[in-house]
Amino acid sequence: MTITVGLLVNPVAGLGGAAGLAGSDGADVQRRAAQRGGVSHAAERATVALDGLRSMLSAHDAVLVVAPGVMGETIAAATGLDAAVLDVPVSTPTSAADTTRCATAFAAAGVDLMLFAGGDGTAADVARGCGERIPVLGIPSGVKMYSGCFAVNPRAAADIARHFLAGRAAASAVPTTEMVEVIDLDEDALRDGQVRPRLTASLRIPVAPTVQSRKAPTAANVAEQAAAVAAAAADLLADGVPTALGPGGTTQAVADRLGVPGTLLGVDVVRGGNCDGSDSAGGGRLLAEGASEPELYDWATRGPLRIMVSVIGGQGFLFGRGNQQFSPRVLGAVGAANIVILAPEAKLAALGGRPLLVDTGDADTDALLSGYRRILTGPGQWAVYRVGERTDQHSTDQHQGAI
Amino acid sequence: MTRLPVAPKPPLRRFHQARWDEPIVFELSTPGSRGIGVPEVDPAIGATIGDDATLPAAIRRENPPALPELAQPQVLRHYVRLSQENLGADFNIDVGQGTCTMKYSPKVNEVVIRDPRLYDTHPCQDPATAQGTLEIVHRLERMLAEISGMDAVSVQPAAGSAAIWANVSMIRAYHASRGEGEQRDEIITTIFSHPSNAACAKTAGYKVITLHPDEHGYPDLAALRAALSDRTAALLITNPEDTGIYNPRIAEFVAAVHEVGGLACYDQANANGILGITRARDAGFDLCHFNLHKTFSTPHACGGPAAGACGVTEALEPFLPGPVVVRDDDGTYRLDADRPQSIGKVSPFYGVIPNIVRAYTWIMTMGAEGLREVAEIAALNNNYLAQKILQIPGASMGYPETDARIEQIRYTWQELTEQTGISTEQIGWRAADFGVHYWSSHHPFVIPEPFTLEPTESYSRGELDEYAAIIAEVAREAREDPETVRTAPHRSTVHLTGHEDFDDPARWAVTWRAYLRKYPGAGVRS
Ligand SMILES: Cc1ncc(COP(=O)(O)O)c(C=O)c1O
Repeated sequence: MTITVGLLVNPVAGLGGAAGLAGSDGADVQRRAAQRGGVSHAAERATVALDGLRSMLSAHDAVLVVAPGVMGETIAAATGLDAAVLDVPVSTPTSAADTTRCATAFAAAGVDLMLFAGGDGTAADVARGCGERIPVLGIPSGVKMYSGCFAVNPRAAADIARHFLAGRAAASAVPTTEMVEVIDLDEDALRDGQVRPRLTASLRIPVAPTVQSRKAPTAANVAEQAAAVAAAAADLLADGVPTALGPGGTTQAVADRLGVPGTLLGVDVVRGGNCDGSDSAGGGRLLAEGASEPELYDWATRGPLRIMVSVIGGQGFLFGRGNQQFSPRVLGAVGAANIVILAPEAKLAALGGRPLLVDTGDADTDALLSGYRRILTGPGQWAVYRVGERTDQHSTDQHQGAI
Repeated sequence: MTRLPVAPKPPLRRFHQARWDEPIVFELSTPGSRGIGVPEVDPAIGATIGDDATLPAAIRRENPPALPELAQPQVLRHYVRLSQENLGADFNIDVGQGTCTMKYSPKVNEVVIRDPRLYDTHPCQDPATAQGTLEIVHRLERMLAEISGMDAVSVQPAAGSAAIWANVSMIRAYHASRGEGEQRDEIITTIFSHPSNAACAKTAGYKVITLHPDEHGYPDLAALRAALSDRTAALLITNPEDTGIYNPRIAEFVAAVHEVGGLACYDQANANGILGITRARDAGFDLCHFNLHKTFSTPHACGGPAAGACGVTEALEPFLPGPVVVRDDDGTYRLDADRPQSIGKVSPFYGVIPNIVRAYTWIMTMGAEGLREVAEIAALNNNYLAQKILQIPGASMGYPETDARIEQIRYTWQELTEQTGISTEQIGWRAADFGVHYWSSHHPFVIPEPFTLEPTESYSRGELDEYAAIIAEVAREAREDPETVRTAPHRSTVHLTGHEDFDDPARWAVTWRAYLRKYPGAGVRS
């Protein structure tokens, strides 16, 4: 089986960083950044990653496919690696639409893995183009990298890619990808000193290689941990109480387990039932898809409603980011005791001791949700973790995602 | 000055591990080959007892066992080769496996356990004929009671986790005896306590609640209070935790658990830095356990058989595993199995007798002052090594502002990893090229890119310097020659292996039979 690897570079990623512009989204900002002397290091970083892949590419007779021009072709040429070039038009200067178009083409070509150099904005454009159809991996090159799809640095990206592709070449049956959330911050707000992460999409990334330590007590990989949380959550729903599933990958996995379609970015009301704890998915019913705030308020006041949310992104938000449908009045009507928080242990560990955050816009509601709370981390297991009201020390400090 | 005609030694050893390409013992089998040639039956005997002279028919196998057929020298070579492909505690500076207390297991104790009065006894023989062995069991239990402050001890568990399991079983039996078994279905532990605590609780059917540390790395008392309720069966907690941080408010933790009617159970497997300094009972604990193969020097033996000890207060004594060894007024020892509330056996017979004897011998050679000195030297060694490790660029300690550490430290390579992309696992693989063991931490990694060093009292200053120099060298390589680290090990028995095989139950083959089943055609000689 021939292995194919794609490379897509956003040549203006990171332009606004050094220029102090809190991001580089949009032609206008890019022009201002260039005037202030901003430069993008995306090409250099992509080169480092390609170098790290060199021996692997030749060992497996792998095919490198690159986006045209400055979005890949010239970088591959400079490294001396043979590469096929995608047959898609690219404008000058390049734009977000080019990224999306190339990502679509990579998915159509069915590459085994697409590496992309950029930041959160690029990740969102990539997701728009290829969704979860192919595994992708970010070479961190942007200003903001809150999403879970980036390796910690270009060398690590090459390491993960090598490991993953070797598994592909060996036709390994182990599930080696996981879903991660793409998060973008509103850059205009960020320039005003506010952090407003939005969950915009999800991507499929290779699971970073782990050492199977003989003493490791947890599930062998992150994907299994997430599945265990989803299984435990689905078991809770067997009581038939209508439950509003918040946005995100973990709650999506709960919906999958119940056999109901879920809205990744929205809130769905579902009902569990005849879940026998066996592995077979199903038994659930979708009561309301993509529910709005008034609909949720209606559900909450008409009868018992449970809310199930997961931790969004590296920042650790539970409420107030990407799920404003859970308004203070909805949360008040549901009551703190009927809110179930889900998180794989690894996700809590990655918070580095920072509290989980709530920012509903209403101080009383925030206080109600704050303090030490139980987090469902798997079947029959919880963590007790601190939920804090958002304080402004969590400003724009860059936090990288899940890898 | 004349010089020896040999090149001077470089500062770091030019280690290279043996690589024998040794087949599995089954693959070495040659049909008809035998280790021992059993002599023919003496004609005189044969004439007297007839055809049954070899073995009575009743105990003869119908089919021969499917064992490899080898002669003695081949067997010896096979196992010596395998032993050379290990990084065992007897030949590496084994300080890299924090929480495991890889101290020296004195060789003289091997002589003691080979005394025929011990070695040739059988667990089924009449206790009247094994008084010495029972006396050692009894005396060791009394010494551990003294060391922990607990009222009664059992050394029956065959490992630390087995002792935790016994403790959880006693907790369950205790609440059941008071009619609260159903109600108390939750066990609380901390994320830096050894994961066997959570695992044993779960295995016993408990819901497990894990507390995360506060911002200084201490167990969080407010989090405990939030978790406690009338459903709490017990708190299982290590102290010092696997970070090496000692919880100074441990008595308050115990009191808070008692307030809601729960039991407090102390995982004392990390006792090496506190021997003779603090005792479980003094903090109010109801149960505790020790790992004899850690603190009390018996060999770890590649994952067993080891030895554990459970200590309990008088209120829990009826639940101890059994049978228990009791000393009658006339000084004789017997086994008491008539204990209706006992949780029963947690290992075959009476525990791992050779390890019980080794631990007893070790304590007797150390004496009470010696035990305290062990703790003091272990803490000093740890602090000495820390000074060396913290000088390595890119290495730091988890919770650096919390400075007190006892006998081990969980460090972090976060800075090095951010700068080089080299992870703690990769550093460990490269450390093997210098002949030393290195371990990261349990999962999940609460402290990023962790590594955990525990030097114990057994290593000399020179050895600690050597270990630190190896780690410093690997960190230097991570910056200057990362490819070498990334592709390590190079001088070890095996090179970089994929870990998918460990993750995929369909590919595991932990027995020869499973190997043949999962990999048809394997083992067939070509
Ligand atoms: C603190 C602690 N508790 C319990 C255990 C479990 O002991 P064992 O490995 O003998 O089962 C260990 C062993 O590493 C430990 O370090």
